[in-house]
Amino acid sequence: MRSGFGNSVVPVLTMVAALIVIWYGAAIWLNSPVILDRLSREGITPDFFGLVLRTWSYNRPIMPAPHQVAIDLYNSTLTLAPSNKRSLIYHAWITLSATLLGFVMGTVLGVALAIFIVHNRAADRSLMPWIIASQTVPILAVAPVIVVLFFNLLTGQNLIAQALRLNAEGAQLVSKGVISMYLSFFPVVVGMVKGLRSPELIQIDLMRTYSASSFQTLRLLRLPAAVPFLFASMKVGVAASLVGAIVAELPTGAQSGIGAKLLIGSYNGQTIQIWSALILASILAGILVAIVGLVERASVRVMGARP
Amino acid sequence: MTSVVSAKSLGLTFPTADGDVVALSNVNLEIEKGEFVSFIGPSGCGKTTFLRVIADLEQPTSGTITVNGTSPSEARVNRSYGYVFQAPALFPWRNIEKNVALPLEIMRFSETERRERIRKSLELVNLSGFEKKFPWQLSGGMQQRASIARALAFDADLLLMDEPFGALDEIVRDHLNSELLKLWARTQKTIAFVTHSIPEAVYLSTKIVVMSPRPGRVTDVIISPLPKERPLEIRETPEFLEIAHRVREGLRAGHSYDE
Repeated sequence: MRSGFGNSVVPVLTMVAALIVIWYGAAIWLNSPVILDRLSREGITPDFFGLVLRTWSYNRPIMPAPHQVAIDLYNSTLTLAPSNKRSLIYHAWITLSATLLGFVMGTVLGVALAIFIVHNRAADRSLMPWIIASQTVPILAVAPVIVVLFFNLLTGQNLIAQALRLNAEGAQLVSKGVISMYLSFFPVVVGMVKGLRSPELIQIDLMRTYSASSFQTLRLLRLPAAVPFLFASMKVGVAASLVGAIVAELPTGAQSGIGAKLLIGSYNGQTIQIWSALILASILAGILVAIVGLVERASVRVMGARP
Repeated sequence: MTSVVSAKSLGLTFPTADGDVVALSNVNLEIEKGEFVSFIGPSGCGKTTFLRVIADLEQPTSGTITVNGTSPSEARVNRSYGYVFQAPALFPWRNIEKNVALPLEIMRFSETERRERIRKSLELVNLSGFEKKFPWQLSGGMQQRASIARALAFDADLLLMDEPFGALDEIVRDHLNSELLKLWARTQKTIAFVTHSIPEAVYLSTKIVVMSPRPGRVTDVIISPLPKERPLEIRETPEFLEIAHRVREGLRAGHSYDE
């Protein structure tokens, strides 16, 4: 089986080309009423070709055309220094750092909870329903509460704040990371509980004949057996972390980050900026999932899987 | 001679949704040091269950059993037996050498001791040179040999084998049977061996325990008169065929075919 990168290039490019064609069509369809309205007030009746060109170059379109987004994306990333606050790279890094912090916290929490659940029957029965319930809470509604709560906790007069000694920026990072963690620990718990229980009965019996301790069984059998499950969960988790970080920036008055950029764009009717921020976010998600995939491949090779 | 395993009126009943299943009923058996004891019988006769009771993987509900003079659970904690399962149960993420090292790691053998024991056990099952191979790179027979090496690695005096060659074809099985006899002669271990093959039981054993189902019980214990040195051709001798005949009779007597 060749899971070749080269094999997927043609279908992916075909999909991208089809999407761009649909996108241009949608730009004509959605922008033309506004354009026609404006032109009729000026007393101009454009021909079809003129109308199409205008829908693709309007500066405050309902639906910006792909090339407008591409140009804005290029101008706001490659032409500006990454430290410039108008640079999207700067905002992306703010969001990415919260994403990575939340992803690491979520993965650690998820693995720890799964280990606890697998080893404790009471935890198995009592924790799982709460974990599932936690994901039915509308995160957009509770994110501001949680972010503000953690921000105050981390900057206020208490033992945790005194121990960590974070500045405002650090506290903001951690409180956004908490939302990422909240979204990303769930797939990890579910996947790891399944993974830690994946060894066959015969393998568990084998460990018992050696009178191995449960820690030895965990380290030598359950954890290695759960590795494929962990990577599948982490791919879902890392994408959820990014969503969490963006959501944490949206309603909390954050000044920087992709979420803040989206919100400012929508206040000012800057649809092109919104779209370039969205595209960048999806590129980021793709890169993060691909990195997890690469680590997975390396680990599979080390663990001697059939190529 | 000292008894390695001694069972007295041993019984084991599994409670199930459709009532109790008597897996073992009134089993009395002694396994002496250095014996090769085979358990043979149709499925459901409790031969595997008996082996699992010795290994402390199942708990008897009546009677007594001692292993090396202690309770099975003490014997397990003392690591006084090696168990070979029906399937190799090798860990796919460990190469052969690391698989054999697994019990040694758990039992905290030193690095040098580990290396020496891995070498010796792989040599005993003729798998030298395959240390770095992963399980999927080996044939079924070689995988089962690796699992025997793993059971031998920590040098317990008692080897419990639960249909270890049941999934292998006849040619490989013949070969492994004669290898197992050589291994037994070299290591002087006591072996308890579960099988459902009459020739296998007769060829390997010094003592054959014939069992029958519903309830699982011992119907005959045959002490084999065959010499210790057994070439494969011994299976065509009249002595061999006579024991095989007695085993077959024992199996027939204990089994009602009306069902």
